[in-house]
Amino acid sequence: MSTADAHDANRRDFLYIATGAVGAVGAASVAIPLIDQMNPSADVLALASIEVNLEPIEEGQSITVTWRGNPVIIRHRTAKEIEEAKATPVSDLPDGLARNANLAENAPATDENRVVDGKEQYLVQMGVCTHLGCVPIGNEGDYDGWFCPCHGSHYDSAGRIRKGPAPENLHVPQYTYVSDTQIKIG
Amino acid sequence: MSGHSTYNPTNPVMKWLDDRLPMPRLMYDSFVSYPVPRNLNYWYTFGGILMIMLVSQIITGVVLVMHYTPDTSMAFDSIEHIRRNVNYGNILQKWHAVGASFFFIAVYIHIARGMYYGSYKAPREILWMLGVVIFLVMMATGFMGYVLPWGQMSFWGAKVITNLFSAVPFFGEPIVTWLWGGFSVDNATLQRFFSLHYLLPFVLVGVVILHVWALHVTGQTNPTGVEVKSGQDTLPFTPYATVKDAFALCVFFLFFCAFVFYAPDYLGHSINYQEANPLSTPAHIVPEWYYLPFYAILRAIPDKLLGVVAMFGSILIWFALPWLDTSKVRSAAYRPIYKQLFWILMIVFFGLGVVGANPPEGWWITAGQILTFYYFAHFLVLLPLVGLLETPKPLPSSISDAVLASNGAKAPAAQPAE
Amino acid sequence: MKTIKTLLAASVLGAGLALGSTTGAIAAGKQAQAEDIDFSFEGIFGKFDRAQLQRGFAVYKQVCSACHSMNQMYYRNLGEPGGPELTKEQVNAVAAEYEVTDGPNDDGEMFERPAVPSDKFKSPFSNEKAARSANGGAYPVDLSLITKKREGFHYPWYVSPFIKLVKGNGGPEYVRAVLLGYQDPPAEIAEEANGKSYNPYFASGPWISMAPPLSEGAVEYAEGQPEATVEQMATDVAAFLAWAGEPKMEQRKSMGFMVMLYLALLSVLLYLTKKRLFSRVKH
Repeated sequence: MSTADAHDANRRDFLYIATGAVGAVGAASVAIPLIDQMNPSADVLALASIEVNLEPIEEGQSITVTWRGNPVIIRHRTAKEIEEAKATPVSDLPDGLARNANLAENAPATDENRVVDGKEQYLVQMGVCTHLGCVPIGNEGDYDGWFCPCHGSHYDSAGRIRKGPAPENLHVPQYTYVSDTQIKIG
Repeated sequence: MSGHSTYNPTNPVMKWLDDRLPMPRLMYDSFVSYPVPRNLNYWYTFGGILMIMLVSQIITGVVLVMHYTPDTSMAFDSIEHIRRNVNYGNILQKWHAVGASFFFIAVYIHIARGMYYGSYKAPREILWMLGVVIFLVMMATGFMGYVLPWGQMSFWGAKVITNLFSAVPFFGEPIVTWLWGGFSVDNATLQRFFSLHYLLPFVLVGVVILHVWALHVTGQTNPTGVEVKSGQDTLPFTPYATVKDAFALCVFFLFFCAFVFYAPDYLGHSINYQEANPLSTPAHIVPEWYYLPFYAILRAIPDKLLGVVAMFGSILIWFALPWLDTSKVRSAAYRPIYKQLFWILMIVFFGLGVVGANPPEGWWITAGQILTFYYFAHFLVLLPLVGLLETPKPLPSSISDAVLASNGAKAPAAQPAE
Repeated sequence: MKTIKTLLAASVLGAGLALGSTTGAIAAGKQAQAEDIDFSFEGIFGKFDRAQLQRGFAVYKQVCSACHSMNQMYYRNLGEPGGPELTKEQVNAVAAEYEVTDGPNDDGEMFERPAVPSDKFKSPFSNEKAARSANGGAYPVDLSLITKKREGFHYPWYVSPFIKLVKGNGGPEYVRAVLLGYQDPPAEIAEEANGKSYNPYFASGPWISMAPPLSEGAVEYAEGQPEATVEQMATDVAAFLAWAGEPKMEQRKSMGFMVMLYLALLSVLLYLTKKRLFSRVKH
C-alpha cells in the first residue's frame, strides 16, 4: 500500500467515524424531548400552594388535606406526645435526619426540627409512608404515632420511623405560618 | 433474489440465538447483505424515508396521547395544554402534525416513482397492491387524526367525509348513523376516531412488513427496468444503500424541520385554531392538502353517489394498474410516449389539487371535470393503448451494461464490491 | 421533453400555491387586506419585544378584558421566559387584582379569593350565554388564539402560498387592522348598520358589534415608552396577542436553529461518506 493510499484510508476512516458520531449524537438528542415530556408540565409545577386553618383542630385530633395529589397529615399533638417525642434521643432513631423541607438537609431528627419553633403542638407532615407510599394510620403502632398497614412501619409521635421497613422519617413539606393559626403549604 | 443466507455469526451468543430464533439473521439478510441494484437513483430512497416517517409518527403519537384527552369538552383544550404546558409539547405536537404532511409528500413521490419505473409490473403485482393498501390505510389514519384536535375544520371535515357514506343506496343513512354513533359528529365519534387513529398505524406496520417481504422476494426494480441478472448488477445494502438512504433522509428532514420550526401552521388551516362549533360551518371547507386531488374528483361529478364512486375509484383503479399497462417494458426511460403521458398525469394530478383547494364555482368546476376525465382516461384508455402502439427504445442487456454505458469514457472503476 | 418539464414545474408551482392557501384565497374580495407590519417577532431569529408585550398586556387588561376572555392563559405566563417577562412580584400583583371563585370550602360553599399566578386569566363572563346577553347577542370571541385562527392577508390563489410562506397568515396584522379599521359606511349600505359599526377588515364583516374600543389616552403608558396613540396601542396589543397564541414561539425558533444547523452538518458528512463509498464502485 502506497503512502498516498494509506493517507486516503486514514481520511476515509476519519470521515466514517465523524459521520457515525454526529449521527449518533443526533439520535441520542431526540430522546431528550421524548423523555422530558413525561416530566411534570408547567401547569402541574405551578400548582397552587394551599392554605390551611389550624384553629378547628382540637388537641389530639388530626386532619388530612390534599396537596399536589398527596395527603398531608396535620396533627394537634397532646402534651404527652410532645413529651415522648422530645425524650427520644436521636441516637435511638433508625433515621437520624429531620427530613424537613424547611431546614437544611443534614438537620438532625430532633422533635424541634420536625415542627416550627413555638408551634410545636402542630405537626405537619406528608401522609406518605417512606417505604412504598401507603398512607399511615394515626393513633396506631407501638410509638403513639402512626402505623402503616401495608408493610408494618411504625412512626412515633413526631412522625419518625421507629420500627419496620420504612427507611426514612415521614417527610415534612415546605410550609410557613401566614398568621397565628393559618399555614400555607408549598 | 433472497437466495441463501450469508449470515455467519462468530460470537457464540449470536450463534446460540441464531439456532433458536434467527432474528439477527433476518435483519442481516434484509438490511446488510441484501443485494440492491447498483444503479438506484435518489427516487428510490423514499421507501426508507417512509419507514422512518412511520416510526416518527408512531413515537410522537404515543407521546401526544400521554397528554391528549379524547372528549369533546376537553380535546381542544388538551391540545393547547400540550402546546403551552407540556415540556417540548409545542415541538412534539407540530412534529406530528407537520409530519403527517411530509409522510404524504414522501408517499406521493414513492408512488410516482413506482409509476415511472413500472414497478407494478410482473412479478411485483402483489408488492404494488400492498402499497395501494398502505396508502388507503394512511388516508384513513390521517383523516381521523385530523379530527382529534377538535377544531372547526376537524369537526366539519369529519362531518363532510363521513357523510360521503350517505351516498350508499338504501343503507346510507343507517351507515352514517352507525359511523357517528349518534345523529351528528359528537363525542362518540371523536372517541372511536381516537381509538382507530391509534390502532391503524400498527395495522400499517403490519402491511408494511408484508410490503417489504414481497419486495425482498422479487427484488427491487431499477431505473433501467431490466432485472438483476448476476452479482455484477448489485451492491450489498449496507453500506451502499444505507448511507445513500441516510443522506436522502437527512436532506428530507432539513425540509421537514424547516416547516416544523419555522412554518408550523403553514400546511394546516388557521380556522382549526377555533374550537369545533356544531352550529356554525366555516365559509370554506377543505380537507388537508394531501386529499385535495381526490376531493376535486368528488366535486367534479354532479351526482352524489357517482361522485363518491369516482373518488374512491380514482385510488382503487391503481389496483388494476399492473393489468391496465400492456407494455412489456418497465421503465419509462425506454418508453418515449409513456414518459410524456406520465408527466402529463403528474400535471393533471397537481391540477386536481389546485382545483380541490378552490371553491367549486365558475371555471373551477369545468377545470375539475376536464382533469377528472383525463385522469381516468389515462388509466383506462391511454395506458392500455400506448403499450400496444409504442415502440420502446432498445433495452440494455443488463444493469452493469447500462452503468458502463452511462459512465461513458470514464476509466474502468475498481472491481465490484462483492 | 423540455417543454413538458417546464410545464410540470409550472404546475407544481401552481399546485403548491393553491394547496397552501386553501382558506385565504377564498375569503378574498370580502375582507379588506390588513396592512403588513414589520413585527419584531417575525423571521427566523425574530423575538418578541418585551416592552411592547408589556404595553400590549396593559391594553388588553385595561380595555379588551372588559369583554374578551383569554381562557388558555395563566397569570404565570406573564413572567415566563419568551413573553413579557414581568418579575415575580409584578406577576403576583397582577394576579392579586382579580378575584376568582374557589371552593367548595368546609361548609360546602364556593368562595372568592384573590387570584394567584397559577390561576387562569379571569374571564369577564361566567359563560357564553352571559357574555351574549351582556353584549346585545354578540359573543366577544376568546382572544387566546385570535392571531392563529384569523388571517389578515389575502392574495390571489396563484401567489398566496408563496407570499404566506414568507409573511405568514397575517394574524397579528388582522387584530391591528380591525382595531384601526372603523370607518364611515358607504352611503348606499349605511342603513344596514342596525346599531353595529362598519369595519371592512372584520372577518365576518363588514358589520361588527364591537364599538371602536380604543381612543387616545385610553391606556397610560409608562415613562420612556412610546406615546399611547390609538395606532400604537393597536400594534402593541396585536403583538401581545401574537405571543399569547404561542407563548413558546421563541423556544421553538431557537431550538429550530440548532436542529437545522445539526441537520446541515450531518447532511454534508453523509454526502461525503456516500461519495467516497460510491467512488469505489460503478453505479
